[in-house]
Amino acid sequence: MSRPNTRTLSLRAALLGALLGTAALLPAAAQADEQYFPLQSYRVGPYAAGGTGFFGGFIDYLTLVNTRDGGVNGVKLTWDECETQYEVERGVECYKRQKNRPGVAAWNPLSVGIAYAMIDDVGRDKVPLITVNHGRTDSTDGRVFKYVFPLLLNPYSESSGIVNYIGTREGGLEKLKGKKIVVLYHGSPYGKETIPIYQLLAEKYGFSVEQVEVPHPGNEQQSQWLSIRRTKPDYVVLRGWGVMNPVALKTAQKVGFPADRIIGNVWSNSEEDVIPAGDAAKGYTAITTQASGADYPVLQEIAKTVYGAGKGNLDDKKRIGSVYHNLGIVNGILNVEAVRIAQDKFGKRTLTGDEVRWGFEHLRLDPARVEALGAKGLFHSINVSVANHEGEGRVTFQQWDGAKWKVVSDWIAPDWALLRPIIEKSSLAYAAEHGIQVRDPAAEDASN
Amino acid sequence: MEWQFFTEVLVGGLLSGVMYSLVAIGFVLIYKTSGVLNFAQGALLLFAALTFVSLTERGLPGWAAILLTLAAMTVIGAAIERAVLRPLVNQPPITLFMATLGVSYVIEGAAQLLWGTQVHGLDLGIDDLPLEFGGVLVSSFDLFAAAVAGAMVAALTLFFRYTRIGLGFRAVADDQLAALAVGLSLDRIWTAVWTAAGVVALVAGLVWGARLGVQFSLSLVVLKALPVLVLGGFDSIAGAIVGGLIVGAVEKLAEVYIGPFVGGGIEGWIAYVAALGFLLIRPSGLFGAKLVERV
Repeated sequence: MSRPNTRTLSLRAALLGALLGTAALLPAAAQADEQYFPLQSYRVGPYAAGGTGFFGGFIDYLTLVNTRDGGVNGVKLTWDECETQYEVERGVECYKRQKNRPGVAAWNPLSVGIAYAMIDDVGRDKVPLITVNHGRTDSTDGRVFKYVFPLLLNPYSESSGIVNYIGTREGGLEKLKGKKIVVLYHGSPYGKETIPIYQLLAEKYGFSVEQVEVPHPGNEQQSQWLSIRRTKPDYVVLRGWGVMNPVALKTAQKVGFPADRIIGNVWSNSEEDVIPAGDAAKGYTAITTQASGADYPVLQEIAKTVYGAGKGNLDDKKRIGSVYHNLGIVNGILNVEAVRIAQDKFGKRTLTGDEVRWGFEHLRLDPARVEALGAKGLFHSINVSVANHEGEGRVTFQQWDGAKWKVVSDWIAPDWALLRPIIEKSSLAYAAEHGIQVRDPAAEDASN
Repeated sequence: MEWQFFTEVLVGGLLSGVMYSLVAIGFVLIYKTSGVLNFAQGALLLFAALTFVSLTERGLPGWAAILLTLAAMTVIGAAIERAVLRPLVNQPPITLFMATLGVSYVIEGAAQLLWGTQVHGLDLGIDDLPLEFGGVLVSSFDLFAAAVAGAMVAALTLFFRYTRIGLGFRAVADDQLAALAVGLSLDRIWTAVWTAAGVVALVAGLVWGARLGVQFSLSLVVLKALPVLVLGGFDSIAGAIVGGLIVGAVEKLAEVYIGPFVGGGIEGWIAYVAALGFLLIRPSGLFGAKLVERV
């Protein structure tokens, strides 16, 4: 037998060492519990201003939870970003790439198009898809859309919330009778989605409604506003998107329509919508589910703990507390609390997507819990259930004073009872078309 | 009064059309001298407005920001000509068009990389309040934009008629081989024309930026210029103006008077219908040079 030479021994030792090292690392990696948030973000392209704010806020909140609490019950939160530029095909590519990493908690694309494209996939992969303040309205019916959550506000509730607010301004919903409202909407499926709802609300409350389309992207609205001036409405509801919003405000000024009679929807409510309009936006009011400003305890903690340590996600600290940043933070709170609630049932470890889905379906944050989270006044509450994936979010209204948004209403509840039958009609038709077994909430609650 | 309303719609449309012409003139300058349909004109417009507003927000006075932006546009125009188009000389028009398409994406990306993704307001100090003329409301800002467009056309006319380099432009536009034969430097003239297109982009960018806000969608205003070019002709500044006026008026009148019968929202495509119809009757546009080829 020949003796192995020193060189061979060294090689073997190195290989053995590498193997042992790997073996030592493997259990460590498996033991390190992590919950992963894949982010299909958009930081370049036409919608980058909204994307940087929203995903910046979301990441800031996850960073706060990791830094302050060491994660959720010791489970560290992780994330990575995949750039979509708000394009559906890129969003789907990101989904295919990111879903392979273990411990996916939930998807949060903040894009109607990408969310629609993922609905079948998330059902197959059993991971929740969160469409905070947007998404398809009938996904509110969790009996059919088990993995989709249009948290806080769907488009129908938004329309009802706006009409309720106009009612309060007029001194009661009964005062809406005989009033004239124009809805100026973006010429896209998103813009057109609420046409029947405004018609329904007009019939219920006795006001007349005229719905006027603005072709995409909305950088010319002269003819629409001249027609509006001729109609002489009491209010104009602005259901815009992107450049359409400042152009609407500027053109309204051009034809002499007062800004304080224009009420913006949830995608017409940000600083990016009013700053380009300059003085024309003063007095403009818009709906929101989360108030803006940085005075809330959770925002102050983020400023101190996250930005103080140089870990903040926004390049420009002046954007802390802006509409999109705060929406990202609220979205972060909802995601993290869903994980926490699911951990209480399934154990303090990395959860599966389906377990996190259960957490979302039991996401009940009353005002006291919201206050405990440092978000009193930032948002009102949420009460998600198997049947109701929107969660009865309240809305408030903010008015632009030329420099900042100022809350000008109480928290308002949309007319969910009026809307629910329409939502169910649509969701049940979807279930029949796709062969989906409609869930029985009572039976599921009993088994939990 | 119905006639007052009609007049308002018509005047508003004509003034909107002037805004489209501002963008179309940039296309014409390039096409006239080099035969290239420069799809990057919208991106140049975005870059110019974003650079100007970012510099002023950093505390530079307006005049200094204008000068620095002009310098930047000169460098970009010269760089595009030298690095992209000169190596592609004698390639088919579709190749050159695709090259400018690529350039537009590069410029859009570079603009966001350099100046960020935020939306900016741009105040040129012109109030956009309605002025009343005999019961007809007209936008003061639109009148200002029309004056700017008029001044720009006058300046370009003087430049083409009375300056050495302007005459060179015209010679190249008429016949490149003849211009070469008499000793004109095509490279120099093309560099100058790209620079001029950059200047036009700055003017258009400031006017459109003041109206829309300085944001990514500024680059989409090229879509408004395309039917203008088809109508007016790709190589005529006068055509760009007249085409703009026609497109603006057609869009607004159609939206107001035909839109309600077909569900509204038609002004985005009605201009293209008009342009396509015109293309069938007069392929070179109202003022475009007729193509005569020896066979």
